[in-house]
Amino acid sequence: MNKKRLNSNTLMFHIMIWIPLLLIIVFNYYPMVSGFSIAFKDFKPGLGISGSDWVGLKHFRRIFATDESMRALRNTLIIACAKIAANLVVPVIIALLLNEIKVKWFKRTVQTLTYLPYFLSWVILASILTNILSPDGGLLNRLIEALGGESVYFLGSNSVFRETLVVSDVWKNFGYNTIVYLAALTGIDPTLYEAAAIDGAGRWKQTLHITLPGISMFIVLMTILSVGNVLNAGFDQVFNLYNVAVYESGDIIDTLVYRLGIQQQQYSFSTAVGLFKSLVSLILIAGSNYAADKFAGYKVF
Amino acid sequence: MKEYYSKSRIVFQIFNYLFISALTLLCIIPIIHILAMSFSTSAYVDANLVTFWPKGFTLAAYRYVLANGQFWDSFLVTIKRLVLGVPFNLILVILAAYPLSKEDNIFKARKYYVWLYLFVMIFNAGLIPTYLLVQSLGLVDSIWSLVLPTGVNVFNVVLMMNFFRGIPREIEESALVDGARQDTILLRLYLPLAKPSIATITLFSFMYHWNSWMEGRIYMNNKANYPLQTYLQSVLESSDLSLLNSSNLDAILDKMAVSGQNLRAAQLFISILPVLIIYPYLQKYFTTGLVMGSVKG
Repeated sequence: MNKKRLNSNTLMFHIMIWIPLLLIIVFNYYPMVSGFSIAFKDFKPGLGISGSDWVGLKHFRRIFATDESMRALRNTLIIACAKIAANLVVPVIIALLLNEIKVKWFKRTVQTLTYLPYFLSWVILASILTNILSPDGGLLNRLIEALGGESVYFLGSNSVFRETLVVSDVWKNFGYNTIVYLAALTGIDPTLYEAAAIDGAGRWKQTLHITLPGISMFIVLMTILSVGNVLNAGFDQVFNLYNVAVYESGDIIDTLVYRLGIQQQQYSFSTAVGLFKSLVSLILIAGSNYAADKFAGYKVF
Repeated sequence: MKEYYSKSRIVFQIFNYLFISALTLLCIIPIIHILAMSFSTSAYVDANLVTFWPKGFTLAAYRYVLANGQFWDSFLVTIKRLVLGVPFNLILVILAAYPLSKEDNIFKARKYYVWLYLFVMIFNAGLIPTYLLVQSLGLVDSIWSLVLPTGVNVFNVVLMMNFFRGIPREIEESALVDGARQDTILLRLYLPLAKPSIATITLFSFMYHWNSWMEGRIYMNNKANYPLQTYLQSVLESSDLSLLNSSNLDAILDKMAVSGQNLRAAQLFISILPVLIIYPYLQKYFTTGLVMGSVKG
C-alpha cells in the first residue's frame, strides 16, 4: 500500500467528518461562545450581542440573591436526587422479581406492556395523568373515594407534587430501565446457584449471596453515572405537569430558564442560570466518569 | 429435572405473579381509560362514569378530530419533519461514525475529532443562545428549525461507531488491496453489514422527531406550523375548545356528543397509534440499541 493511497483515505475521512461537524459548530459550539458573552453582558435584542454592554458577574450574583432561582435550585436537587434513587431501586427489585418468573410467555408479555409508557412523550402522558389525577372525578381519586379516603389534588398541591413527579417518572421508565438489570442477571453463572442449592441455600439466600453481588457492579456503575444528572430534574415532565400553584415545590432550573428567557425575555439572566447549570453538570460528569473509571474500571469516553 | 417447591416458595410465587400482573396493568390501564373515553358520549365522560369500557358508544369525537383542520395541519408538519429529519439524522450520523470508528494509527486526527464530538454531549449551550441563533438565521416558522439544530445526535454517533468497530477489519483491508476508495467501502461494504444498527438509529430518530414538542413551541410563532405534539400541548393547556377549529363546528351534526374531554382523548389516541403500530420493532431495536450503546470501544 503506497503512501498516496493512505493520504487520499485520510482526506476522505476528514471530508466525511467535517460535514456533521460544521452543523455541530454552528448549532452547538457557536451558542456556547455567544452564551458566555450574553451571560456576562446586558443583552438587548435591539443592540445585538456585540453592541450590548459588559456587566461582569452581575447576572451570576443575581442567581444567588434571588429567591426564585434559589428555590428552583433546591427543587431541582430534591426532585432529581429522589428520581435517581427511585429509578435505581425500583428497576432492580422488579428485575429480581421478574427473574423468578419462569413462564416465558408471561414474562415476555409483562415486558412488552411495561415498556409502553417509555415510548410516549411527556405531552401525551401529562395529558393522561392530568385526567387520571384530576381532583374532581379522576380515575385515581374515584378509587380513593371508593375506599373511603379523601380526594387528593396531586398536581395542584405543594405537599404531594414532588412525590407525584417521582412516582410518575418511575412509572414511565421502570419497564425500560429493568432491561439493563435483566441482562446483567442472565450473565450470572448458573452453576453458582446449583452449588449453593447443594450447600442448602434457599432462594432467598441465593438472591442475597449470589444474585445481588452478581449485579452489584452494574448498580454501582449506574449510581456513579447518574451523579451527572443531579441538576436534571426532567424538564419535559415538569413543564407539562406543573402550574403556578406548585411553583413552590415544583419549579426547577430548566423551567425557570424557560420562563425567564422565552416568556419574560430576560435573556441575559436566563442564559446565566442555564450556564451555571451546564458548568456544574460538566464538573459532576467529569468527576463521576473519573470515579467510574477508578472504582468500576469503566471508561465512558 | 423436577424442581422441589417448598410451601413458602409457592406462596412467594403466587404473590410475585399477582404483584407483577398488577404492575403491568398499571402501565396499560391509563391508555385503556383514554381509549374508552374517546369512544364515549360526552355526557358520560363529563359525569365521570367511564372507566375501562365506552359508555354510549360513539365515533363523534373521532369524526370531529378528523374534520379539524388544525389537527391535520400539525399532523402534516410532523410528517414533513419526519421525512426531512430522519434521513438527515441518519446520513450525518453515518458520516461522523465511519471515520471515528477507525483506529487512531490509521486516522491520526481521530482523537481530536472524538473530543469535539463528545464535548457537545456533556456541555449544553443552553436554551436562549440556541434560540437567538435560530432566530438570527431566519429559521423561525420554518420546518428547518425542527431539523437542523438537532441534526447530529452524538449518542447515535457513538452507537453507530461501536457497531462499525464490530465489523472485522479484514473486510476493509481486502477492499483496500483491491483499490477501493473509502466512500466505496462505506457504501458497498459497511452499510449493508450495518443494517440492524441503521434500523435502530432510524427508530431512535423517528421517536425523537415524533415525540419532541419543545422546538415547535419556541421556534414556531404561527400555530399552523406547530408539529403534532406541540399542538396537543396547546390543546391540553387551554381547557376549552377555543383552539380547535370552530368553523366546522356546525357542520357536525352530533356535536352534542363531543366535549373537551372525549375530544382530547380521541386526539391523544390518534397520536399514540403510530407508536403502537411500530411498537414490535421499537421494542426489538431499542433493546439491542441499549445493549450496543453500553459496549464501549
